Amino acid sequence: MSVTRFEPRIIAFLCNWCSYAGADLAGISRMQYPPNVRVIRVMCSGRIDPTFVVKALRDGADGVLVAGCHPGDCHYLEGNYKTLRRHRLLMKLLEQFGIEAGRVRLTWVSAGEGERFASVVKEMTETVRKLGPFSHRERAQVEQA
Amino acid sequence: MSKPKLALYWAATCGGCDVAVLDTQTKVLDLADAFDIVLWPIAIDFKYSDIERLPEKSIDVCLFNGAVRNAEQEHLANVLRKRSGLLVAFGSCACGGGIPGLANATDRQAIFARAYRETPSTVNPDGVEPATEIEMPEGVLTIPEFYDSVRCLDQVVNVDYYVPGCPPTVELIGKVVDALVSGELPPLGSVVAADKTVCDECPREPKENRKVKAFRPLCEATPNAEECFLDQGIVCCGPATRAGCGATCPLANAPCRGCFGPPPATVDQGLKLLSAVSSVIDAKNEDEIEGIVDQIQDPLGLFYRFGLPRSLLHRKRKN
Repeated sequence: MSVTRFEPRIIAFLCNWCSYAGADLAGISRMQYPPNVRVIRVMCSGRIDPTFVVKALRDGADGVLVAGCHPGDCHYLEGNYKTLRRHRLLMKLLEQFGIEAGRVRLTWVSAGEGERFASVVKEMTETVRKLGPFSHRERAQVEQA
Repeated sequence: MSKPKLALYWAATCGGCDVAVLDTQTKVLDLADAFDIVLWPIAIDFKYSDIERLPEKSIDVCLFNGAVRNAEQEHLANVLRKRSGLLVAFGSCACGGGIPGLANATDRQAIFARAYRETPSTVNPDGVEPATEIEMPEGVLTIPEFYDSVRCLDQVVNVDYYVPGCPPTVELIGKVVDALVSGELPPLGSVVAADKTVCDECPREPKENRKVKAFRPLCEATPNAEECFLDQGIVCCGPATRAGCGATCPLANAPCRGCFGPPPATVDQGLKLLSAVSSVIDAKNEDEIEGIVDQIQDPLGLFYRFGLPRSLLHRKRKN
């Protein structure tokens, strides 16, 4: 009998104009990538409240991927810069919470980069697989008691 | 006719909430006129056993301040919940965990190590740490268990009302006393404060175009008394903090510290604050952003100063 491999659950927030189209292209082009991502489409990566990221982790995701248009390419001009600023501060905060940096990733994927989307998902799946399931037993300790 | 009964209790707290009740001056007399006080450790000597003997729901109102950090506090929270018609989480510690809740950034082991071994003033050659039981010739002595995590009151028992603030302002306590005395109570579960954010009450004008290139800790800054703190590169918790204090701190030229907890419909105060703070940064280059963000020391302590147990993650993860 083979040992079951840990299959991480990754929530991917993709912007409507670039990254979702990029993921779509990966699909249309029949590129192979791990089925570990659950995609949530948002209008702009700038819409992704840090609350969404943390709530995803708290409610069972092992990793969170945020993808938007490349800097300078935002459909709304500056949304992705806002995402970038927020992301940097969020990573600092998550480190203080004891959450590994590999669990949350921000990246840029354009509508033409189907291949890039597939490789980002592959990389991230492997990173999170190595980190193991995201368990926050301490949370249960607070909530059960 | 006997008067309705009131209990005031303190758990993991500094005592400031009780002092704030006394600060209401004549209002405290209204309270004493309208109620029989059955428990108030800071002011009146009652024994826990007296409270434990009371029948269920025999206390009309209990104002509970402080977070729950040990077994004694948890026990009293349960005892008082059972015996109280209305249980009010009084003050930031009971509402969100407060300053004691910052202990959730560490754990019991680290706290004991620091307190009983590492501080320069500690003399403890035998490395004695608190144990819940110790046998003595006279019998077994016990002290309450110190928990790994701090919880706010509604993570332990059901809470009927919340009165935030560190401590709740005199005006707010006045409102609570009036409501209790008149019997005109808000819907259960209400937070007795305002439904906006501190920024809505703050007279400081934010700039139209916010461009912050550097953040400074308050101790290194000389804040301008009219400009918005965020525009000056000083982290202010106003944008993600519930109003009701009348912007007391900004009026005293100090940034909001967030003691009223999250405004309505905000799930996590710290994350909303993080969003607000990062939105004023004026930089597009990754390295520059990194440099500016690095000037914010201890975001966890800054954004969750009064509400770490209440936050989505409740506490730091342990490996």
